[in-house]
Amino acid sequence: MARSLIHLPANPRRGEVVEIRVTLAHAMETGYRPDSEGRLQPRNIVTQFSCHFEGQPVFEAQLYPAIAANPYLAFSWRVAGSGSLSFRWEGDNGFVQAETVAVQAT
Amino acid sequence: MSTIGRRSLLAAGALSLLLRPAHALSPELQAAVRAWAGATLPREGRVLLDIAPLVENGNAVPIRITVDSPMTAAAFVQEIVVFNERNPQRDVARFTLGPVNGRADVATRIRLATSQQLVALARLNDGSLWSHTVDVVVTLAACIEG
Repeated sequence: MARSLIHLPANPRRGEVVEIRVTLAHAMETGYRPDSEGRLQPRNIVTQFSCHFEGQPVFEAQLYPAIAANPYLAFSWRVAGSGSLSFRWEGDNGFVQAETVAVQAT
Repeated sequence: MSTIGRRSLLAAGALSLLLRPAHALSPELQAAVRAWAGATLPREGRVLLDIAPLVENGNAVPIRITVDSPMTAAAFVQEIVVFNERNPQRDVARFTLGPVNGRADVATRIRLATSQQLVALARLNDGSLWSHTVDVVVTLAACIEG
């Protein structure tokens, strides 16, 4: 499991638009970089990110090698109520990471 | 002294810089945009690609894309994409949005191999496409060290 950081306001108001920021510890090896012996290092990146609230899609991203290491994403969400936000990263070599954050709307 | 003085020449030079066609897309970018846009022609406007014009380190360059849209069920942004001109691959990222986002506002950090042009495009739910093209200068490129 890679380390991930998910940041959003602790007690958002229902209907308020909040910013959700996520970071994942991942090298995002591009596949274009040679190693010390001149051979290209195989590509190993996160290709997909998605965020769902109670099963409903909130945001999706397709990532390419041009995304910097430790991919950071920020997006907005209109708080629909209390419930759980689920985050999922998928990448090369079967990489999968899923996180869930409980939202307590006021 | 000729009739065209030094000062007027300088002024003409400055003017020609200002009158440079604002953002003609490079052929590489045009191909990428056409492949994504299909038959629809993207128009300039409504999209803002916010990036520092002078980038010191191309390994992690913050970018933010905002689209002028109410993000209601009637009018919202469906997709935002970013293309670059001179990295090994044209694609940078593609984002899927909807009314649930409340604001069309996305940020991330990208790699830039060299000074180049970037374009952000948005597809609205009415099918219209909007774009913003930016030139950036990169002093330390990504992917140089092995």
